[in-house]
Amino acid sequence: MIEVKDVVLGYGSRAFITAVDGATMSVGHNEIVGIAGESGSGKSTLIRAMYGDFSTGLRMTSGRITATFPGREPVDCHDMRKTWWSDISYVPQGSMSVLNPLMKVHKQLVDGLPKSKRKGSRQAIRRDLESFLAGLDLDPSVLDAYPHQLSGGMRQRVLVAVASYVEPHLILADEPTTALDVVVQKRILLMLVEIQRRLGNSLVFVSHDLGVHYQIADRLIIMYEGKAVEAGPTDEIFANPKHEYTQRLIGSLPKLGTRSSNATSLRRAGS
Amino acid sequence: MADKRAIFKDVPGRMYIGLTLLLIVGTIGLVLPWFTPTDPLEWYASPRNQTPSLDHLLGTTSLGQDIFWLLTWAVRNSLILGVTVAFFSTLIGVFLGLMAGYVGGPLDRTLSFLMDALICIPTLPILILLAALFGGQLSLWAAGIALVIFNWPFPGRQVRAVALSMREREFVNVAWFSGEGQSRILVRHIFPYIAGWSAANFVNTVLVAVATESALAVIGLSSATQATVGTMIYWALEYQALLGERYVWIGAPVIAIVALFIGLFLLSSGLAMRSADRRMSI
Amino acid sequence: MSGPVLEMAGVTRRFRKGGGLLGGKSFAAVDNVSFTLPEEPCVSSIVGESGSGKTTLARMLLRLVKPTEGSIRVLGKPVHGSEGERMSDQEFRRSVQPIFQNPFEAFSSYLPVVDYLRATAKNLEVAKGPKDIDAVVDQALLSVGLSLERIEGKFIRQFSGGELQRISIARALIPKPQLIVADEPVSMVDASLRMSIINIFERIKDEQEISFVYITHDLSTAYYLSDHVSIMNRGRIIESGTPADVLDNPAESYTRDLMDAVPRVTERWPEIEEIKARQQGKEATQVPG
Repeated sequence: MIEVKDVVLGYGSRAFITAVDGATMSVGHNEIVGIAGESGSGKSTLIRAMYGDFSTGLRMTSGRITATFPGREPVDCHDMRKTWWSDISYVPQGSMSVLNPLMKVHKQLVDGLPKSKRKGSRQAIRRDLESFLAGLDLDPSVLDAYPHQLSGGMRQRVLVAVASYVEPHLILADEPTTALDVVVQKRILLMLVEIQRRLGNSLVFVSHDLGVHYQIADRLIIMYEGKAVEAGPTDEIFANPKHEYTQRLIGSLPKLGTRSSNATSLRRAGS
Repeated sequence: MADKRAIFKDVPGRMYIGLTLLLIVGTIGLVLPWFTPTDPLEWYASPRNQTPSLDHLLGTTSLGQDIFWLLTWAVRNSLILGVTVAFFSTLIGVFLGLMAGYVGGPLDRTLSFLMDALICIPTLPILILLAALFGGQLSLWAAGIALVIFNWPFPGRQVRAVALSMREREFVNVAWFSGEGQSRILVRHIFPYIAGWSAANFVNTVLVAVATESALAVIGLSSATQATVGTMIYWALEYQALLGERYVWIGAPVIAIVALFIGLFLLSSGLAMRSADRRMSI
Repeated sequence: MSGPVLEMAGVTRRFRKGGGLLGGKSFAAVDNVSFTLPEEPCVSSIVGESGSGKTTLARMLLRLVKPTEGSIRVLGKPVHGSEGERMSDQEFRRSVQPIFQNPFEAFSSYLPVVDYLRATAKNLEVAKGPKDIDAVVDQALLSVGLSLERIEGKFIRQFSGGELQRISIARALIPKPQLIVADEPVSMVDASLRMSIINIFERIKDEQEISFVYITHDLSTAYYLSDHVSIMNRGRIIESGTPADVLDNPAESYTRDLMDAVPRVTERWPEIEEIKARQQGKEATQVPG
């Protein structure tokens, strides 16, 4: 569904700061792809380019990102705008900075829908939204709240719900649970998996937390210093990491339940 | 430490233009005065109303003064006033601003109140008032002192804001745990972050000081015995230089002051831009 | 040693939220926390999510924030209080040292990083004279896998996050404190380097007999490293004990939820398996015959 080929991305007008240095990867149909990496690895930049958000100084100096949605002509990432909220949608990291603090949630959501999805009157759409939210275990009363009246976790769940309401072929999520409690995080991750399985679409999920990837990603891509250093089925990567960085990464994870006194192998791996 | 020349690599172009202008004005005001043949203020030392010639490069005034040498002294005095006021203003402002921002508490509340109050009071009307109290003339000393009193809050407030944000930064705590005393922390750890702003503030204050004194002078309230660019304009207007089409007499100080202001502004905003740029990468 | 390394009794910190001149609600970021570290060196973790109050607690231990109520004592002497009552600055700094979360904020951008180490050695009276000071600094750096030669003359931007945390640890070791308070010391470090730093803590505890208070949201490293774990939620310590007690047999439902929600790399959540099964079931019935 998405082809990323030898892409070089960076910021800055006077001096070019490279964030992604020749990355190649692909996203297929009906799968959850996790992109893992630390800050500075380029993962957030890459997903923004996939989404086609080239505002704020992001530039692609070489390579190509192409999206081929079912039943459509291939779209280059620079033209991706046309497909926002119909074929592709995006769940950002900071929910508070995405929602207008002065408007009630339902107004923002309905207004934000593209024409093609606005079938019927406002009330009809509202009722549709309500039943959709209920189906995801979200109390429809959140629609009548202002963003600041909802907790961070709640807001994020609303954003995830809305991103999927339009039934896009591809959902991109950039560290959607990073600032949240582990307990809330689990609910949102389950929600994402539920949505993906129901719609049968693709989800690309960026996170620095390998545990999260282990839980929900079908395939995993490891990014390090701007390059995609390894990719493959999640279980494969955890069992047989091939690239040196991946090996270090997997080898150095403290597995919950290990104590230092009986983990001499971890210690040797770490020091 | 990275070579000093590299510092100029990311300097915006405006700084170069500003520095050039200032260099020209500076030469006129600080180098040339040493070469004046006679006291340029003396009336009727030369024939009156001469057009520019080899004897008198810019001609003479209606009072028989050589315009060129008069200009050099005027620029010199204006610059000295501006730089002195800027020096003391910035010194007091940075010191008190650091105190207020870093120490906080009642000291901060008092100083902030003082700074806000002084900022609210417009300088020029106060100077006019002072001039009236002093019998219609304000000596450059008095004007200078008043300007320092009313200008230190500007760098003061800015430095206070930076000092406040510095308090939150973890390395200040690390410095404390490394045994550093409060004054050392202020000077070694915090001040470098303020230095850039201080430089921009300094340059800005020179501009404000010269502008205010000139405004006072053009109204006729500044010193009668000292020549500044402003007083030069005043005398030219008094003697109907515009009506008498003696444009050089009034034109020269006006061009000098405009060049000075543009140079100072470009330098100060260039410094501020560079300071902000550096902060992004730091 | 004069008594327990650390004693906290009824420590509370209240903040006022909203309001203005009058009123506004006050809430307790830290609510009546009591906690003791025994005499022998140990690592005690305080685990909590963001908003649990753990950072406020850390800052009170480091004398950066004053408790509204309660007392904190290090080696029997009060940490807070008026000039006369509390431990002197010098004594405090020689007994308690911090490691902060953000390695890139630990030093000024304008000073060579090694200056902080030399200053610590000199100001806290660990060594006198340039040669002795350098020897002490080198020693501390060697114990974290670095050396004076490697960091001499370099500035903060020339190091990685992992290296900077090591340098911070070395700096904290110089006065040979009894207690090091580490506030999320590895959360901003690349995941592949985290364990090496955690292992340094362990080694230091054994070799140099220093106690650690390790504050984190990450259960895995807390379990791995600690002799003692406390779970913090909404300002209170709701459960504490050895890692086996607390994490293998949690008494509180919050702890159970926490353990349950940590995304592990060894087994998948049953809910995920369930969703997949449901989906496969649906697909099975939809396959055209």
